[in-house]
Amino acid sequence: MTLTFEDFPPGPLGTFGPRHVTREEILTFAAEFDPQPMHLDEEAAERSMLRGLSGSGWHLASVMMRMMFDGFIGRAASLGSPGVNELRWLAPLRPGDDLTLDVEVAEARLSKSRPETGIVTFKAIARNAAGQALCEMVSPIIIRRRESAGAS
Amino acid sequence: MRFFEDMPVGDRREFGSFTFTADEIKRFARQYDPQRFHLSEEEGRKSLFGGLAASGWHVAAVCMRLLVLDTQRRDREAQARGEAVAVGGPSPGFRELRWIKPVLAGDTIAFAGVIETARASDSRPEWGIVEFRNTGTNQRGELVFSFLAIGFVPRRGAGA
Repeated sequence: MTLTFEDFPPGPLGTFGPRHVTREEILTFAAEFDPQPMHLDEEAAERSMLRGLSGSGWHLASVMMRMMFDGFIGRAASLGSPGVNELRWLAPLRPGDDLTLDVEVAEARLSKSRPETGIVTFKAIARNAAGQALCEMVSPIIIRRRESAGAS
Repeated sequence: MRFFEDMPVGDRREFGSFTFTADEIKRFARQYDPQRFHLSEEEGRKSLFGGLAASGWHVAAVCMRLLVLDTQRRDREAQARGEAVAVGGPSPGFRELRWIKPVLAGDTIAFAGVIETARASDSRPEWGIVEFRNTGTNQRGELVFSFLAIGFVPRRGAGA
């Protein structure tokens, strides 16, 4: 069944994952989108402020997007997102990390410009297997209301 | 990168431009954002986007690619002139990221950044904190993407 606006009341939504991130995936993403030595080269990474190979912060954000898709967006009547209010990188993504994602609904309101939709603002925190928070983001998603979802 | 003292508020830098092909839009989407309007032309046409649209995270990642490559090119040029090059710290994050208009297959986006604020760090005096308004503009001159990036930039003469 498709999830609609009404399925996202404010409060905790769930914990999703785990999602394993390999060294190869970190290197592949960095080579294409963030070719800084600390994301590509072990020796340069050892000398960097993050002290060891780390994944691009944009890679971590993209993995969080995929975890949200697999967790609930893929089953929701999502029409897309207008942006990200805030994203904080708190600790580095490391090769071999098993990520979990804690998601809560921070706010849910009806859209004024598109009354058949609502805007649900999610707060998501990615953690490694030790429970350390790596990244926190707050982002709104436009989701269809139930009475109009059948029209999609 | 440049040192904090060489980063005046209002300074603008072009990172370069990138054409989003249908193949690349789908390849990124399959891995990180497989919503139907990022995977299929027909689903894209039926969506609010009006066509096959790049994932917003793909747009952001391409902006980062061009920013990094442009910084590395400028660093090599500065080093060739015998100038010292600064090494920035890890970014603590960003705010106000806006996907303003869809990036559709075939669109060419030009990325640029403007220094919006620059101040010394209270807790770490050898660093400055600089906010960059990074943007993407399509081939019709429409602003499609914007965010406020936060960076730690070393101060000159702080032993960096």
